Amino acid sequence: MLKQTEGSRAVAEAVALCRPEVICAYPISPQTHIVEGLGEMVKSGALSRCEFINVESEFAAMSVAIGASAAGARAYTATASQGLLFMAEAVYNASGLGLPIVMTVANRAIGAPINIWNDHSDSMSQRDCGWIQLFAETNQEALDLHIQAFRLGEELSLPVMVCMDGFILTHAYERVDMPTQQQVDAYLPPYEPRQVLDPDAPVSIGAMVGPEAFMEVRYLAHAKQMQALELIPQHAAEFRSIFGRDSGGLVRPYRCEDAETIVVALGSVLGTVKDTVDELRDSGERVGVLGITSFRPFPLAAVREALEGAQRVVVLEKSLAVGIGGIVSTNVRMALSGLHLHGYTVVAGLGGRAITRASLHRMLRDAIADRLEPLTFLDLDWKLVNNVLAREKQQRRSGPIAEGMLRDVGVVASRVS
Amino acid sequence: MSTQAIKFYQTGTFTVGNRLLDPAQRSVQATVARTNSINSGHRACQGCGEALGARYAIDAAMAATNNRLIAANATGCLEVFSTPYPETSWQIPWIHSLFGNTAAVATGMAAALKVKGRGDVRVVAQGGDGGTTDIGFGCLSGMFERNDDVLYICYDNQAYMNTGVQRSSATPPAARTATTMSVGAHPGNVFGQGKDLPAIAMAHGIPYVATATVADLRDLEAKVEKAMSIHGARYIHILVPCPLGWGTASHETIRIARLARETGLFPVFEATYGEVTGVSKIRHRLPVEDYLKPQRRFAHLFAPHPDIETIARIQQMADRNIRKFGLVEGGAQ
Repeated sequence: MLKQTEGSRAVAEAVALCRPEVICAYPISPQTHIVEGLGEMVKSGALSRCEFINVESEFAAMSVAIGASAAGARAYTATASQGLLFMAEAVYNASGLGLPIVMTVANRAIGAPINIWNDHSDSMSQRDCGWIQLFAETNQEALDLHIQAFRLGEELSLPVMVCMDGFILTHAYERVDMPTQQQVDAYLPPYEPRQVLDPDAPVSIGAMVGPEAFMEVRYLAHAKQMQALELIPQHAAEFRSIFGRDSGGLVRPYRCEDAETIVVALGSVLGTVKDTVDELRDSGERVGVLGITSFRPFPLAAVREALEGAQRVVVLEKSLAVGIGGIVSTNVRMALSGLHLHGYTVVAGLGGRAITRASLHRMLRDAIADRLEPLTFLDLDWKLVNNVLAREKQQRRSGPIAEGMLRDVGVVASRVS
Repeated sequence: MSTQAIKFYQTGTFTVGNRLLDPAQRSVQATVARTNSINSGHRACQGCGEALGARYAIDAAMAATNNRLIAANATGCLEVFSTPYPETSWQIPWIHSLFGNTAAVATGMAAALKVKGRGDVRVVAQGGDGGTTDIGFGCLSGMFERNDDVLYICYDNQAYMNTGVQRSSATPPAARTATTMSVGAHPGNVFGQGKDLPAIAMAHGIPYVATATVADLRDLEAKVEKAMSIHGARYIHILVPCPLGWGTASHETIRIARLARETGLFPVFEATYGEVTGVSKIRHRLPVEDYLKPQRRFAHLFAPHPDIETIARIQQMADRNIRKFGLVEGGAQ
């Protein structure tokens, strides 16, 4: 059914259609509307046979999900930013134990300085935690990916993170096609755990493993993610047959045929990138876009196949590996090893800075002319940066960086263009 | 069922003579039907108070729930010595997740059982004092506050024994640990305000809180049995001496636990909805020196010179407990 709704609400309704049995909630922007929506559904009775638990921290949220999943229940939670970091130990534990929890990460920057706006630093910080990570481009895809996440996670007995851009998606009202309960039931069978705490068949879960088998346990986690590489396209195809639309999959190429320059990106920025690419195509430039939906497992073969015909690759990423540059780029380069391509890393949109078509235009023109720096910070205000560097040279007690910079900026609102 | 009071003063022990009791009143450990929930062959040290406490507590919980019990376990000695790969001592469904999240994991388990309509299966969570009073404190308080249907058992050996005897918030004043060495002007642990977890549990107003020691195992069994007859958040805090960390002989574990109770340093009581409903009285009140002296972690209080002032402060703590809980029959002795 078509409806105009908020991204968070759409995700909440999609999760409800997946018949979750235990939902744990702890508030953190910008995911809060999702669990608020689910809480209301459980309390009103619209979502029955489900326990909604308000916990005291994100660490507890993931821990409650671990216990619920180990006792055989379909478990869900949502978080963002500092919350994801606060639960990090339990995040690793959930995947190590092989518990198919589904979690929404409403992507947001990590402080300090504290910042509630969107970038991908939070999910990227957990890229090696053993969870499957799927990135949504639109609210429709965010909704659809949650349904696929339960199916995929439970089939592999691995947890799945559905990453959607905070505010840009979570708080955006747009049209979505909400599936019916019959469609979701046809796609998602009831949860049959591989391991469960059952008095009729006692097992010990989470026993200590030493050097004699630890590597094998870790390898199995990797092997499962390699299985996911096979399953994700199959699940997307099956999804299409039931729901009638393309959602999910490993990668999403756009106008890549004959492209000399291909932009690689994740999440909602793909929309702006596609618009920019359309304009550049209209002016005769051979440009394409590769959206990566599955960041973990990372589809090395699919990325290589999509990019190997190009002359240059621009990785546009909303995260920064401080001290080296790009996170997504490092992964993309792995897929391109041995190929002779110009590679550019463009760090953009950190802490919610708008990524505009105008900026993308300028950046891509530079890339096409091979004038772009290998590591570029899109729309970085060099004056602000140099002010701080100069101040630090002049005086030992140069003061807190963020405060000093804000003084230099002046009225923040004047910078919104 | 009324309990038949039997006192074995003649033997100098509190061990209830099972053979003199009606079979229905004999201890869980005395029955052939005991489940051996934590089986023999685990790697606990000789004389480990925690292994003993866990064995009695979990078998009693099993008996009280018709063997429908699942357990969550914090990281720590109990977890490590019971599940060295590829073996497990646990004969019951058991999960170890992390050090600091055991109460929350148990909350999730209870929620799953509720939603699945498995009202017959009950949940127990267990951890040491570090996993309970320090790193797991937030999750534990959350579980209490929501009144989740979980019995949490803390096996308190008063330090981080698994990592090599470091101080926890349950370490008593003056005790030597690897991070409160017996050196300097004030050797051993500081005199802080302490962290009285049973009192904190009671402050949450939960249905049942009890303390116990491995010196009174029938009392421990009875408290676990009572806890399992109640729904909601329940807390049992068991004092379990650690021969390694306390510097005591392996065969002294039970005697040391009894001395903790008989000196008043560890009050044994139970409480419902935040109010004390019963205390185990001290039979022969003893000075704290009797408890401190056999433990090498307190050796600096006695040699090379007796630290009279510190011992007096510890005695004041015991006296306060005795007054507060009325631990001595008919008032001060």
